[in-house]
Amino acid sequence: MTRIKLIIITLLLAIASPLTRAGEGTDSASKKIDPKEIIFEHLGDRYGWEVPFDHHHSIPLPIIVIGTDGLHCFSSARVEHGQAYKDGNVTFRIAGEDSEYAGKVVEIAADGKEIKPLDFSITKNVCALFICVFIVAGIMLWLATFLRKHPYKAPRKGLGGVEACVTFIYNGAVKSTLGPNARRFAPYLLTVFFFILVMNLTGLVVIFPGGANLTGNIAVTLVLAVCTFFVTNVFANKHYWKEILWPDVPLWLKCPLPIMPVIEIFGMFTKPAALTVRLFANMMGGHMIVITLTLLIFIFSAINPVAGGASTVVSLIFSIFMLLIDVLVSFIQAYVFTLLSAIFIGLANEEGHEKEKEARTAKEIGEKIVDALV
Amino acid sequence: MELFTPDYGLIFWMFIAFGVLFLVLWKFAWPMILKSVDERADLIDKGVEYAQEAKIQLDNARSEAEEYLNTARKEQAQILRDADKMKTQIIEQARVAAQAEAQKVMDNAKLQIQQQQKEAQQQFRNQVSEFAIQIAGKIVKNQMKEDEAQNKLVNSMLDQIEQNKN
Repeated sequence: MTRIKLIIITLLLAIASPLTRAGEGTDSASKKIDPKEIIFEHLGDRYGWEVPFDHHHSIPLPIIVIGTDGLHCFSSARVEHGQAYKDGNVTFRIAGEDSEYAGKVVEIAADGKEIKPLDFSITKNVCALFICVFIVAGIMLWLATFLRKHPYKAPRKGLGGVEACVTFIYNGAVKSTLGPNARRFAPYLLTVFFFILVMNLTGLVVIFPGGANLTGNIAVTLVLAVCTFFVTNVFANKHYWKEILWPDVPLWLKCPLPIMPVIEIFGMFTKPAALTVRLFANMMGGHMIVITLTLLIFIFSAINPVAGGASTVVSLIFSIFMLLIDVLVSFIQAYVFTLLSAIFIGLANEEGHEKEKEARTAKEIGEKIVDALV
Repeated sequence: MELFTPDYGLIFWMFIAFGVLFLVLWKFAWPMILKSVDERADLIDKGVEYAQEAKIQLDNARSEAEEYLNTARKEQAQILRDADKMKTQIIEQARVAAQAEAQKVMDNAKLQIQQQQKEAQQQFRNQVSEFAIQIAGKIVKNQMKEDEAQNKLVNSMLDQIEQNKN
């Protein structure tokens, strides 16, 4: 009962606060909200890491660029809010809205032209990446150390959960798909799973150590997919290459015009492309929906304080719901990525020749994909 | 659109970060974790197997013990029966022996009694004859007071001897 009261009070407060703020806002400045800009600002990358409730300061991160005269390294605080920064003989600043390189660090040439340097800055996403690496490595090394120190003892509580996750992925996604090859590819697949999972989950946390839209960034998912592509093709067996270059189809499909080989080679690249886009789109979509729902409050408040108040409740409920869904999606997408990688690797390592076996595995894989996507 | 064009700086760092993470975990974490999980699973499997075997053995031992108990019980019954038989036998024998002994004793007693009877009879006869002789002597003394009677007797005796000679 007290809990319900608490929820009602919180909701009332939530309604009340935008009302007052909207009341103030109408007089002082009719600042227009540009939802598109806000959404892309949140989904994209930036040089500093914003802190909550403060738009003027952010956690500075190092900018590393290779300009026309060599390597430059300076803090992002120096180019904040469009300031120009002279490092040595060269001036840098973050390109404005109208520029071709909007939001990126550019070098300003003598004639005032903007030149884009090679940019290897530790941006917000890169920093978040490092944090995720530390989290995953920390947890797994902790588990490994525990297991080394206490052989034959099952870890309890948090570590037990981690171990359960590892065995779940290993048995459910890796061993069942790869069979005897499981041990060989397990390190790669497990790393991929936990890295994606941690990136997904930290992306959902809105303040400092989290909040970077990592797996919703196509560069990150692209790298992961490319790794899977390399693992698949480098460790592929003869049968796999034979299937691609000289598949088991009527001769006219491959001899004068190599129709099937072309399709197969095309398929080699569509698989990682599908991996890239699936993870990227799912995670970005989730983030976008939550941001949009939150923005609705401000959009409605700008129109009408009452509508704003009402939309606060609705948006709050929906965005909490969406965030919870996103937690689920985080896990599902990490699992799907791992499972599909395992399936691709498994297909490239399969000893063919037995139609029956092929049909069976194809059926199994089909069922698995359907399970995963549903 | 910026969202759909991968940023090479991020790609670079992502390769490095992922590579480092993979190498570290590949070297220090996954083999250890997977190995210990497998080993533990094996240990548990073995433990379960051992427990099952132990249970089977225990069941076997129990049935064996039951068997032993049953045979022991049977033997006991057999022994008791044998003992009973022996007892009756011994009693029978003893009775027979006792009867025989008693018979012997009785026969002995009878014999003794008969002998004693005989002796007593003999004694009695001797005494009777003694008494008879004494009585006869007294009678004869009385009768032979007169000479005539003595002569008569001598004569009759002589007659008798004469008769016997002939």
